[in-house]
Amino acid sequence: MTPLQLTILALIILGLPIAVISARLSRGYYRYLAMIFVAVIMLLPFAWLFCAVIKDKDILNAYTFLPPFRDWSKTTLNLNNFRDLLQPHATMQGPVSFWRYILNSLFLASASTTITLFFSSLSGYALAKFRFPGQRLIMTFMLASMTIPGVVLLAPNFETIYHLGWMDTYKSLLVPGAVSVFGVFLFRQAFLPVPDEIIEAGRIDGCSEFRIYLTLVLPLVRPMIGAFCLIAFLGSWNSFIAPNVFLQSQDKLTLPVILNQYVGEYQQQYGVFLAGTLLAILPPAILFFALQREFISGLTTGAVKQ
Amino acid sequence: MSASAFSHKPHTGRQAASATSRRSFPLTPYLFLTPYFLLTIVFFLYPLFYATILSFYQTNGPTRKVFVGLANFRFILSDPDFHIALRNTLLYTILSVTTQVPVALALALLLNARRDKLKSFFRLAVFAPNLVGSIFVGILFSVLFVPRYGLVNRTLQSLTHHGLLIAWLNEPSLIMPALLLASLWMYVGFNMIYFLAALQSIDASLIEAARIDGATPIKVFWHVTLPSIRPVTTFVVVMGTIGSLQLFELPYAMLRGFGPKNAALTIVGYLYQYAFQSGDLGTGAAVGWILTLLILGASLLQLRFLNRGQS
Repeated sequence: MTPLQLTILALIILGLPIAVISARLSRGYYRYLAMIFVAVIMLLPFAWLFCAVIKDKDILNAYTFLPPFRDWSKTTLNLNNFRDLLQPHATMQGPVSFWRYILNSLFLASASTTITLFFSSLSGYALAKFRFPGQRLIMTFMLASMTIPGVVLLAPNFETIYHLGWMDTYKSLLVPGAVSVFGVFLFRQAFLPVPDEIIEAGRIDGCSEFRIYLTLVLPLVRPMIGAFCLIAFLGSWNSFIAPNVFLQSQDKLTLPVILNQYVGEYQQQYGVFLAGTLLAILPPAILFFALQREFISGLTTGAVKQ
Repeated sequence: MSASAFSHKPHTGRQAASATSRRSFPLTPYLFLTPYFLLTIVFFLYPLFYATILSFYQTNGPTRKVFVGLANFRFILSDPDFHIALRNTLLYTILSVTTQVPVALALALLLNARRDKLKSFFRLAVFAPNLVGSIFVGILFSVLFVPRYGLVNRTLQSLTHHGLLIAWLNEPSLIMPALLLASLWMYVGFNMIYFLAALQSIDASLIEAARIDGATPIKVFWHVTLPSIRPVTTFVVVMGTIGSLQLFELPYAMLRGFGPKNAALTIVGYLYQYAFQSGDLGTGAAVGWILTLLILGASLLQLRFLNRGQS
């Protein structure tokens, strides 16, 4: 237990001074120093990862980051790790290239995001802009259902998926999660302030209820759409247990599943699976940069308001 | 379900007459909620009910099962592996929540400045690890913690001239600290965002008034800032606990399994092992219920305790 206690002590020793210093010197240079210190710590693993994958495997362990500039050459810094990673691997389903897994993950995450966005916002709209019998009951039930951990459903859902004949298909991943209760609440929150007059105007113009939702109301909550797209995309992109359990063919696997396999396969040659990890964290990062503003405001919507 | 399933005939004349025209479409909200109802019945209510039944059966894959009564629960509760999993999970939960909350709050205080150009960059840097999935973080840290060559040990060595050979992931007693460090790196930005939002919603005049009355910064923090962000603190603590109790992917990827002496075995890892590696869905379902009760108990306890002082 001693190393453990040491860690805790170290964390408290690290955290408390930052709090005190920042409270005291709200305009001082120490604040910037502390910020830079924290940012460096947080970004260091990314920098290390980037350096590790462009180093040749012969010098991987020779330097913590990159070799000194005078030693830079094709034999020290190259893309061999990516070449090894991307070349087709023999599997039960024939040779499969790493590109395939990237495409699988991209397809699944985009499809899942689109489906979840549509159904969750539709449910959220119904709860925000209509009064109907049973509404309170449905919302209470939804809130209660959020406290049940997903893993308790995993074993019985495995049987359901098996009997539906959905094993080893993307349906097993896309359909059960098509409505996210969390998303329903986010969208309900976002739809509440939309003026009823817009909906009334749509009705007077003879729009169907569905068209009012799709073409009049939905475009008004674009920040929430951005935030939710990122949340849903990350959820699907990074999910491991469900794809690992439901998918069997090697050529259908997703990035987290295949990289977890590669770790065992490549053992000490870690430049290769680290290259895969780097490729796997790029798409969410790109999406995050595109949607950053919406994301942070969407994330904290329900939490801060009373 | 296709979009056309929802399209209605236009009811032009009718709703123009009534002022509260929402009431003239009693079916629409139910139609819009139909996908939710269907999916909830098939993939939530039914499995929840079925998990209860399944937990009384011994199963072998999805097709063969025998009724065994409470034997699954008796087995789990007396299994030394489950005790290890329970101990690891509870220890991780307590330690990660108690380290995450103060560090996240400290970072939020650090970044909480109005009109600060560098702020968004730092916020981004601290939040960035959260975009990386647990499996990827696990893979990355499995290499960062390698003795002799890993970044962690090299940093320790260059700062203290010790620690180059620490085998974080081979030494059972060091696995939990390694796990806590990795999860702190991964989640602290997420929690910080919530504290930051809470700090920015505090009425600035409140703090100004306290300062004018001669309160020291520490007193202002203790008597004004902390009480004001209390709801968010509760939220972060409860969400952190719920998430921590379900820990699995991070240690599973970091240790390429459950580690020496099962030092990285968690409750969900135990469930995963039984349900999907041994094909015993019954035991898996029983563990799932035990975990659910644990989460419900912990959340209720925390909500009661954290909301007690608030009138």
